[in-house]
Amino acid sequence: MSSKTLERIAPWVTTLILVLLWWLVIVVFDVKAYILPTPGETLQALYQYRYPLMTNGLSTLTTTVIGFGIAVVFGLALGIIVGSSRLAYCAVYPVIVAFNSVPKAALVPILVVWFGLGFVPAVITAFMLSFFPVVANVALAFSTIEPELTELMRSLGGSRRDMIVKIGIPRSLPYFFASLKIAITLSFVGSVIAEIIGGNTGIGNVMLVASSNFNMPLVFAALVVVGGLGIGMYALFDVWERRFTSWSVRDVASTTPGGG
Amino acid sequence: MSFIEIRNVDLRYGSSASGTLAVSGASLDIELGEFVALVGPSGCGKSTLLKLIAGLVKPSAGQVRVSGREVTEPLKTVGMAFQNATLLPWRTIRDNIMLPLEIAEPHRRTLKQDREKNRAKVDALLEKVGLTGFAERMPWQLSGGMQQRAQLCRALIHEPSILLLDEPFAALDTFTREDLWSVLQDLWLFRKCTIVLVTHELREAVYLAQTVHVMSSRPGRLIKNRSVEIARPRTLETTFEPGFVDIVHGLRQAISEGKTP
Ligand SMILES: Nc1ncnc2c1ncn2[C@@H]1O[C@H](COP(=O)(O)OP(=O)(O)OP(=O)(O)O)[C@@H](O)[C@H]1O
Ligand SMILES: [Mg+2]
Repeated sequence: MSSKTLERIAPWVTTLILVLLWWLVIVVFDVKAYILPTPGETLQALYQYRYPLMTNGLSTLTTTVIGFGIAVVFGLALGIIVGSSRLAYCAVYPVIVAFNSVPKAALVPILVVWFGLGFVPAVITAFMLSFFPVVANVALAFSTIEPELTELMRSLGGSRRDMIVKIGIPRSLPYFFASLKIAITLSFVGSVIAEIIGGNTGIGNVMLVASSNFNMPLVFAALVVVGGLGIGMYALFDVWERRFTSWSVRDVASTTPGGG
Repeated sequence: MSFIEIRNVDLRYGSSASGTLAVSGASLDIELGEFVALVGPSGCGKSTLLKLIAGLVKPSAGQVRVSGREVTEPLKTVGMAFQNATLLPWRTIRDNIMLPLEIAEPHRRTLKQDREKNRAKVDALLEKVGLTGFAERMPWQLSGGMQQRAQLCRALIHEPSILLLDEPFAALDTFTREDLWSVLQDLWLFRKCTIVLVTHELREAVYLAQTVHVMSSRPGRLIKNRSVEIARPRTLETTFEPGFVDIVHGLRQAISEGKTP
């Protein structure tokens, strides 16, 4: 076996070992199914509840994508503004950072009071969690433009718009794509949290209801769905990133982790 | 009246009196089509002086005039090159060189109809600097020296009347650097634009320039100038001639005297 294929299968092997460990713990300590179901029971629940899991999974996915979409548009715009104007940076950036360190889960009850149970609070939570990495990364890309380039553009009579269009935006693309991977994951976390705290649909809500019924296999099945969706979206943006910013393969675009 | 006139210029970074006084009482005349080199200790305000000429910073006191008019905003007739090539990594070499044409007036208005002409211009410049055939490469596929050649093309494509070069060869190895001296000399002999070259390397200054100006340590002031009357085109052989070596020694002395103890 070549070392390439070995590297490729390594994460699957790790996963398999973890599942085996999970199973082993149950067998050795004789854990009951309403505490921790076996992998087999989880799979069974996954099959048994496949329809509710699918519809609720889709609902969560919709919430996530909408919250993410808003976060991307808003984050990109704010990142450009904050990154290209010193004054806007001073005025806005500390506020964004402060806001980002507020635990968003604590805001969900307020959103529920304002907008009622369901879709809207979840979208807003998803948005709140995911816009920061986009803003931070785009602003970083703009504010780290080499001063020489700025001088060059000014000496050619370039406007601020030229600077943004010709230099800023293309330069921030790798940073932007790197942030999308993180933003989609956080957006997903946001919608699931909101569904657990104040939702009436979605995979988070399934988990909430199932755990209050001590239906642990279903909770775990929902977790598997959540994990699968999260990984899937991450992978999608990972591939997309690589396709769109091939010129930057030599550059290291930074990624800023977000808060919760 | 000289083409570029710098009269008793002070420049202080930062608005308050506590800001760094980078240049103080600097006066300098540069003739149209002249090749001038600017040398001096590190941090003495050489880059700042270039920015003053380009109109990128405003003098705190004194005046900068170019062809008789006071410089109050960025001049649009300059080409600039820096120590870092600062090529845009997402553009091919050709598109990098075209950048000034997309920005500077009047070129940007005729960008579409001049497409073929501009292509030919880029090709001609690339040939001049020895980069024929590299137009469609990406910057990272080029060595440091090749990137600097490309940067020179970018600085010249819009046919500026003033070329401001801020240590463009400082990061290169000796052999590459000396190759580029001759490339730059050829470009100047061909174009005859006014060139201000900032450099740390005295041999480079003497090889290339008609006049070498020496600055004192910060706050920078012009303390000496030396004209170099060695016939062109100069070659590497020239740098070993006694006349050349004497000038270099003289300049070295002037710089160390200009350093405040
Ligand atoms: N944007 C700036 N803001 C504040 N101070 C500055 C700025 N640019 C330069 N300075 C200061 O002004 C002085 C002169 O800087 P300048 O870059 O002109 O020197 P230099 O002669 O080009 O130096 P070097 O040879 O190292 O390139 C330095 O002390 C520097 O710290
Ligand atoms: Mg400098």
